[in-house]
Amino acid sequence: MRPPAELLRFTRGERWVHRATAILICVCLLTAAILYIDALSQLVGNRALVEWIHVICGIGLPVPALIGLGSKAFRKDARRLNRFTRNDWKWLRSRQRRDGTIPVGKFNAGQKLNASFQLGGILMMLSTGLVMRFANHWPVYLRTGATFVHDWMAYAILAVVLGHLWMANRDPDALRGMRTGYVRTSWARREHEVWANREVARAKAAQASTGGTGATDAG
Amino acid sequence: MNRPWDDDERPPADDVPESDGEPGLQPDEPDEQGRPVGRRIVLGMLGLSALGIVFGKQLDDAQSNLLAPVVAHDPTGLSDLLPAVDRFRFYNVTDSEPLRTAATYKLTVGGLVDRPVTLTLADLQAMPQTSLIKDFQCVTGWRVPQVHWSGVALPDLLDYVGVQKGATALRFTSFDGTYTESLTLAQAQRRDVLVALQMLGAPVTRDHGGPVRLYVAPMYGYKSCKWLGGIELASKVTPGFWENEGYDVDA
Repeated sequence: MRPPAELLRFTRGERWVHRATAILICVCLLTAAILYIDALSQLVGNRALVEWIHVICGIGLPVPALIGLGSKAFRKDARRLNRFTRNDWKWLRSRQRRDGTIPVGKFNAGQKLNASFQLGGILMMLSTGLVMRFANHWPVYLRTGATFVHDWMAYAILAVVLGHLWMANRDPDALRGMRTGYVRTSWARREHEVWANREVARAKAAQASTGGTGATDAG
Repeated sequence: MNRPWDDDERPPADDVPESDGEPGLQPDEPDEQGRPVGRRIVLGMLGLSALGIVFGKQLDDAQSNLLAPVVAHDPTGLSDLLPAVDRFRFYNVTDSEPLRTAATYKLTVGGLVDRPVTLTLADLQAMPQTSLIKDFQCVTGWRVPQVHWSGVALPDLLDYVGVQKGATALRFTSFDGTYTESLTLAQAQRRDVLVALQMLGAPVTRDHGGPVRLYVAPMYGYKSCKWLGGIELASKVTPGFWENEGYDVDA
């Protein structure tokens, strides 16, 4: 029985959560630049409107993921991103992490760190942003502290988002996985061996139980 | 539930994920096991956020002191992009910056006054000037310490036009055509409230709301109306631009 040529990596729901979150983060970063950099503020003006867009998108940032929790596939992947195995620590420390000698599950340790950092970052921006927006309720030193955290974290998030885009752009298969949901089995075996082997086994088992001929190649 | 004190590499029994019930598969996915490091990172960052909100003011002060000499000698201006640098941040609520030059500038003072006037910049410069050195504090938290301000103290201007009985509030309008602010008469009679002509040791620049802006030392920055075009005495307070967006009228 031949293995399937492609594997389903992300369901439509998961891709929707990713896309919505990406759009919201981009709008937040763009409006942040307008609010923060004097030259852009002078160019665009309309501070009340820009601030409104920034706050709405910021408060909306966790919403796609919260909706995603209704999907089993999303919950399962969230769990995978949350859990660090012994191999993840090895992978992070290793110089040969890219050559496949350390078997990787559906997500490598870098992807897990990225996901955790972004979720933590979104919550940090949300908490400090609310202190800044609803200014009347707090003493001013708390708002100075919130602004300090918010400004520095914005740079940190920008750096990690750019790193994420850079890594994705170097790997067309990974990009395609997030765009269409499907990845080549050969790629998955190289980059996410443990996950790929299980998915192939799962596909074969499904074929066997439905009396499949093994000719179904595509996903 | 995970027990954070459980240092065993193996997950506790109740951490093992449930089987997804499909045939022919082992119940445990190897990459779903392990310690919940992601959750710890997220909770750690939330804790960091709370600590940052409480102690960030000290860090902010420390950083701005540290960077002050660098910023002062930075020809590129790029250091202005750093957080916590003591600098003014540019705020404008209209499409583009309004422009009045020293020659075209006019300030109208009207409403419940004995002598409504329209003053040019030269008129304002000819009046007694008051100088002070005070912080500029934005409601969102940023602050520029020890700014030199100079101009006509608002109570002097009010004496000049004569406040009528029944006037209890002032309404300020910007010549940007949109921004408004308000003060009570009592607030406006403080001597640290200026119709500012100078700021940072020079005439108020266009970016800072020049040629003439308001400076209300004891209150948040949004009270200090930029591009000041009109002052009207009224019988009651009309909330200003940001106050219609939820900011305190008295702050």
